[in-house]
Amino acid sequence: MAKVEQRGTLSQEELREFFREMLLIRRFEEKVEERFRAGELPGFLHVAIGQEAVAVGVCRALEDGDVIASTHRAHGHALAKGTTPNELMAELYGKIEGCSHGYGGSMHLYDVERGNLGANAVVGGGLPQITGAALAFKLRGEPRVAVAFFGDGATNIGSFHEALNLAQLWQVPALFVLEDNKWAESTPESQHSPIRDLSKRAEAFGMTAIKVDGQDVEAVYRATKKALEHARSGRGPVFLHVDTYRLTGHYIGDPQVYRSKEEQRDVRERHDPLPPLRAKLELSDDEFETLDSEVQDVVDAAVEFAKNGTDPKPEDALKNVYA
Amino acid sequence: MPELSYREAVRDALSRAMRQDDDVFILGEDIAEMGGSMGVTQGMLDEFGPERVRNTPISEIALAGAAIGAAIQGMRPVAEIMYEDFLTLATEQIVNQAAKHRYMSGGQVTVPVTFRTQGGAGWSPGAQHAQQLEAWFVHIPGLKVVFPSTPTDVRGLLWSAIYDDNPVIFFEHRTLYGIKEEVPDELEPIPIGKARVHREGNDVTVIATGRLVHEAIAAAEEAEKNGISVEVVDPRTLQPLDEETLVESVKKTNRCVVAHEAVTRMGFGAEVAAVIQYQAFDWLDAPIERVGAKFTPLPFAPVMEEWCVPHANDVLEAIKRTVAREGGGGD
Repeated sequence: MAKVEQRGTLSQEELREFFREMLLIRRFEEKVEERFRAGELPGFLHVAIGQEAVAVGVCRALEDGDVIASTHRAHGHALAKGTTPNELMAELYGKIEGCSHGYGGSMHLYDVERGNLGANAVVGGGLPQITGAALAFKLRGEPRVAVAFFGDGATNIGSFHEALNLAQLWQVPALFVLEDNKWAESTPESQHSPIRDLSKRAEAFGMTAIKVDGQDVEAVYRATKKALEHARSGRGPVFLHVDTYRLTGHYIGDPQVYRSKEEQRDVRERHDPLPPLRAKLELSDDEFETLDSEVQDVVDAAVEFAKNGTDPKPEDALKNVYA
Repeated sequence: MPELSYREAVRDALSRAMRQDDDVFILGEDIAEMGGSMGVTQGMLDEFGPERVRNTPISEIALAGAAIGAAIQGMRPVAEIMYEDFLTLATEQIVNQAAKHRYMSGGQVTVPVTFRTQGGAGWSPGAQHAQQLEAWFVHIPGLKVVFPSTPTDVRGLLWSAIYDDNPVIFFEHRTLYGIKEEVPDELEPIPIGKARVHREGNDVTVIATGRLVHEAIAAAEEAEKNGISVEVVDPRTLQPLDEETLVESVKKTNRCVVAHEAVTRMGFGAEVAAVIQYQAFDWLDAPIERVGAKFTPLPFAPVMEEWCVPHANDVLEAIKRTVAREGGGGD
């Protein structure tokens, strides 16, 4: 246990780097909202504003060779797993330089070289394949872990239950990360689940479950390290139940008629993961402004890169159907 | 040359691939000790062990998804879906996931997975254990669809399916498992996308799949007695389709019958008819005849089941109908 704690300890410098990455994801998604509202971005876009500590805490804990499968709310996961802001923004603009070369869009972000097996627009769709990726690692004796992200809404779908059951039965090195933001699109957890503690669903399969505060990036990082060690050492999959908050609507432009203005304000005031981390790092206003402006520059440059990107030819649509 | 049944030919292809390649493994319901519901994988547990002959829970989403996930990591899994009807349970993983990963990733992902499954009428299993659903999957870009009808074809094509870098849905017909044929000592891979001309003829082309290939051959022999010369062609691969072989045959015979066990309406034969009429319009002397099952779920009572699905006599009647039409065009 002490060993785990030691491994999970972060220096002030590392924590500052985590903060920078969370801020980058935040500014990136704010820019995506802005450009979508300006009419520049096609498609369906879902931002994960408020959930940055989950993406960064989990992905920073991964080793080279570990893989992730993401969800429709994927920008943070992609950036945290190493896709550059330029490649990500170019994808959102439908350019060849994009991380899916214009074939995917926001809900289908891939970066296989960096271990991102793809965002998935079908809720729960990626989970069985993470069980399969982990099975491949086990059969080949590779010390790798396969990680699935999903939300609380996904815990009601059959693929969730089947994937967890099989992963536990076969004791494969998988990590199931539940980002419990308490909303399945517009439907609150009280209307979509008969139980409040969703960890019980994993425990029902006999799977080890760990709960963690998803607004605390250090805690997420430490819990993920612990979970990965468990999975990597051949002791079976782990369910990481991350308590988090979606500070915005389900999609960009969602008027959120299902939650009151007071609730929306309250969640932003009380559950934004950035201010407490900034306070912990004791960043002065000047230091924060400098960091923020650096990050904004990166995002602005990504928009420039994307706008100057290459449009695919219409007939490129016929490529990549078959290997 | 050894004689193999269709069942043994499937097993032979699987076993040979697993002997030479650690990346190939099989998974499915009751495939280990029991050897599968149709006995196809009997004995394979003893040879390859439980890590590579993996019994799964009754859990089609997970077993299909796990096969896809392992394939993306470079393995070549062969998943058995016990009955075609249960493909419906795995369809999300097959249609939204396996078929689209390569495309959605802009070519980054490869999904070399094979889904073996079987179905077909003849044993009165009723409406949920004998459907022929190949047309559903032919409609999905990103999937390949194979439906062999003989021991030689099933062996050579399964090998090619395993080593294809795309997801392949591999249909076997239940009533064919027992048929036997001499096959070469060495497995000869059969390329995906090549039709087979079973029987040459000059008056009518019958394009048939699965069990109906054998019914068509029987019908052709009967027609011969009436002086009608029938060519029987089995596409073997439904996607990609060997249009050239089918069209060339019809250009020679000027008449065409398409035949499968699946319901006629919106069936695979509808697409074949469209291909033929467009590419061989000027050569056709008669409308293309279609043979398939009546538009009902499969009934249980043997007399009803027998009546719903097509047999050699239905093919023969269709041959006679098309020959009875007066020729007009032709070369």
